[in-house]
Amino acid sequence: MNLIDVTQLVAGYGNNAPILHDVDLALAAGKIGVIAGPNGAGKSTLLKAIFGLLNIHSGDIKHNGKSIIHLRADQLVAEGLAFVPQEFNVFESLSVEENLEMGAFIRTDSISDSIDHVYEYFPPLKEKRKQAAGELSGGQRQMVAMGRALMSRPTLLLLDEPTAGLSPLFMEKIFERIIAVNQAGVTVLMVEQHARQALEIADQGFILVTGKNAYTDTGDALLNNDEVARSFLGGVS
Amino acid sequence: MKPLLNVFSKESIIIIICAALVLFVFSLFGAAFGFRMLAEIACFSIIALGLSIQWGYAGLFNAGIMGFIAIAAFTSMLVSFPVNEDFRQSIYATEIIWVFVKLVMGIVIIWGINRLPFLQTRVALRRLLLLVAIAVTYLIFMQNLEPVASGIEKEAGFIGGFGLPVWMGWIAGGIVAGILAWFVGHICLGLRSDYLAIATLGIAEIIKAVLKNADWLTRGTLTVSPLPWPVSTPGEIGFIASRALYLTITVIMIGFILWLLQRAYNAPWGRMIRAIRDNELSSAAMGKDVNARRLEVFIFGAVLMGVGGAALVTFNSIFDPSGFLPLHHTFLIWVMVILGGAGNNMGTILGTMIVYIVWVMSEPATLLIFEAVKYLGVEWFNWQVPNDFDSRALQMRVFLIGMTITLVLRYAPQGLLPEKIREN
Amino acid sequence: MNEFIFFFNKVIVSGAAIGSVYAMGAIGVTLIFGILRFAHFAHGDMMTLGAFFAFGLTVMFPQAGQLFGLPTGFIMLPFAMVLTALVAVLLDRTFYEPLRRNKINPVGMVMASIGVTLMLQGLIRLFGGIEARHFFFAERKDIFRLALPFESASRKIVITEPQILLFVFTLLAVLAIHFILNRTKFGKAMRAVSDNVDLARVSGINIQKVTVITWMIAGSLAAAAGVLLSLDVSLKPDLSFNLLLPIFAAAIVGGVGHPYGAIVGGYVVGFAETLSIFNWAVFLRPFRESLPDWYELPSKLALVPTEYKITVPFFILVVILIWRPTGIFKGKVI
Ligand SMILES: Nc1ncnc2c1ncn2[C@@H]1O[C@H](COP(=O)(O)OP(=O)(O)O)[C@@H](O)[C@H]1O
Ligand SMILES: [Mg+2]
Repeated sequence: MNLIDVTQLVAGYGNNAPILHDVDLALAAGKIGVIAGPNGAGKSTLLKAIFGLLNIHSGDIKHNGKSIIHLRADQLVAEGLAFVPQEFNVFESLSVEENLEMGAFIRTDSISDSIDHVYEYFPPLKEKRKQAAGELSGGQRQMVAMGRALMSRPTLLLLDEPTAGLSPLFMEKIFERIIAVNQAGVTVLMVEQHARQALEIADQGFILVTGKNAYTDTGDALLNNDEVARSFLGGVS
Repeated sequence: MKPLLNVFSKESIIIIICAALVLFVFSLFGAAFGFRMLAEIACFSIIALGLSIQWGYAGLFNAGIMGFIAIAAFTSMLVSFPVNEDFRQSIYATEIIWVFVKLVMGIVIIWGINRLPFLQTRVALRRLLLLVAIAVTYLIFMQNLEPVASGIEKEAGFIGGFGLPVWMGWIAGGIVAGILAWFVGHICLGLRSDYLAIATLGIAEIIKAVLKNADWLTRGTLTVSPLPWPVSTPGEIGFIASRALYLTITVIMIGFILWLLQRAYNAPWGRMIRAIRDNELSSAAMGKDVNARRLEVFIFGAVLMGVGGAALVTFNSIFDPSGFLPLHHTFLIWVMVILGGAGNNMGTILGTMIVYIVWVMSEPATLLIFEAVKYLGVEWFNWQVPNDFDSRALQMRVFLIGMTITLVLRYAPQGLLPEKIREN
Repeated sequence: MNEFIFFFNKVIVSGAAIGSVYAMGAIGVTLIFGILRFAHFAHGDMMTLGAFFAFGLTVMFPQAGQLFGLPTGFIMLPFAMVLTALVAVLLDRTFYEPLRRNKINPVGMVMASIGVTLMLQGLIRLFGGIEARHFFFAERKDIFRLALPFESASRKIVITEPQILLFVFTLLAVLAIHFILNRTKFGKAMRAVSDNVDLARVSGINIQKVTVITWMIAGSLAAAAGVLLSLDVSLKPDLSFNLLLPIFAAAIVGGVGHPYGAIVGGYVVGFAETLSIFNWAVFLRPFRESLPDWYELPSKLALVPTEYKITVPFFILVVILIWRPTGIFKGKVI
């Protein structure tokens, strides 16, 4: 069974015309899924729709076989989903550690282990724990954002362009961390601009164009598909 | 073919209700009272139209309508009230001019410091000099004004007016209200929307405080009356005729304003205003232009409030600085506009009619109800009635105004007659 | 020396007292500003309401104070705070929450809060009348006169018991707010919501609970400010409108959404008021002989006549909006 199952989804912002048209997406537990596509294709919109932030016109979203389209964001977190938005994804005036605590808001047990765990994933954060997140560099902010999402101990992590604006070196580091998180048992569904690098670590790839599924296949198959490579991956490699 | 008047449309039903209410008032209280109420409604309509364009066209929140009304009414009184010969003859007539000449000189100096070329790069020094200049001007002005003001109060009562025609007073009132709006809007319109509400609330309180305490200008609690009318007074031709004449004048003014608004609404200017309000143009894309347009709307609305306020106070023929109440002169008008439908001119006028008639009628109605409560309380529970019972009972109307605001916002945020959005 | 004592009484003590009241009001306004994102115009009437609760309880149990050796009104303070906090939550549920659900714009919320303020005003005056009332109808208000050990100081420092209680309470309240915001889960969540609501929502923070807690804090502080002010002066139903402008000014001076800024702002406005209505001629009088002949010392030499006190917070507001709209502590939202 798939961990997340999006079927025939039509969704948009408020009462405006829908952005997503009949989108399908399925990802099995423990895998890494990558959503790619041109700017404005609706990639972020799809993640927001999964996370209950948009108006769903029709279609369904199932998590573990259970429909989640009527759940509020805090209920989704309790269900085991976590979401790192594309921008404004840290509480700038809160310290790094407080950001992490906010990620664990729904938990009632002790969270100090999880905090230590996040510091193991992202060692630079440990020194900066008392510093306001707004004062950190772009890469460190991204770490705080992912760390915050991991604090609720999710089974499905949604990441929107985790490497946007980062240097190639930092991008590598973040990808490496994503793989580490995935190996610890968290299913990852992420949107990436750097489609080639992302598809290399992906089990499953989804290419969206103007709000519709264009290609869906395994990461390797998409990388080897000439048409995909030409249109979306910046030339044949 | 669109029928000329659809009898069952919402609009005509509301018009019929209004007509019935007016008829009811006329038959129950007589024509003199009826015309008085209609004339007041006409004045309130002008004020409400001012608010309707501020709020309905541009989404600007004005919580200090009272201030604009009060300052315009004062200006109108100053322009049109007969000359006070005691004051004209006294030495203070020239002295007060000197005080203000000095003030103007101070303001020119302040302005000059702000513009001095060699200070443009020295921000700290310019700030310091400005601060000093403002403080010195203020202190000198206060020092000079004090003795003159108390002298005027002692020897002449107050400065009186200029004895000019009433219509000049109304126009002057509108202009002064507009200048005030420019001042407030200039500071607040670039900032978040609540700040305008706070600032207008503050300016209204300040204007009230000044008018109440500057006895040399306004006679304070002694009040100024009778204010001259633009038409023959009741003393000359009787209540009904004079009030009907007054009503005619105000209705002509409303007609002119409606014509003006209609033209502005359909002009490119009006389209742009609506686009700004509906966020169709992002303020980032338009930059300063957006705030300039909003400032124009704010000033235009304030001018209408000023003219309407001046007409209202003139009609009552008494200028009483303590008579300006936020409740009556700000929030009642709010209810008229949001109930009628902000941005819809006809809706605003009908809303004004309904709300004002209900407001006027609610006073005896409330007293009647509470009289019954009192009777029952005394009969059955041997209740000790507080001696300010009647004035307490009337507070129920404050409650009702507040309740209406919250209910309309929740259940009919567009009002009874929403603004008609025309496609083009 | 006497002049300085006069100055101390008129400016420092009174300014600190009214500043404390403004500060407590402004904390609530700034929290609501930050978390619910609108200017809460009904705050002044929440203060009056709290004071009326305490007054009602004082009338019912006039002897309660004797048990503790404190004014009865002060003993009733915690009860008034709880009641007002409940009313605040209830008002939010009935009037603001539905509008938020309809996604009304912030100005609509401001207008709704004006509707609420009128309703509260109507009810308070319907049941409470409009005359001023005094908490000390059965007890004596203790007034301390402290003599200074100087030859030249014949005047005494005057401070009232309610003022002392006000200072102590404000200090405790500020410490409590500091503790809540920095040490408790919900306090941190309040800061998070104020920083970034959307992110707070996707983090799983229960916005509704945060809202309730915000109203409870704002309501109880408003009640405390109202009760302590009325204990010191008197309880007047029209208290609220005069307090609103200084409180908003304090919140904006401090930077909206910034509780510590609100505290500073409260005292800035409080001291500005007492300084500007202070009669500076007092300091010149001792030098009357040495002043030049042409200078006639006026009997009153205040920056602002007392009747125009309301202009002081407005002036501060205008200056801050022109000069630094984010407030001295760089509030988040402008
Ligand atoms: N908050 C919003 N309200 C309305 N439309 C939006 C909003 N955010 C994005 N859109 C529109 O949705 C479309 C898809 O945007 P998005 O999902 O952000 O694209 P991307 O694939 O680059 O992440 C775009 O046409 C954009 O204009
Ligand atoms: Mg995107």
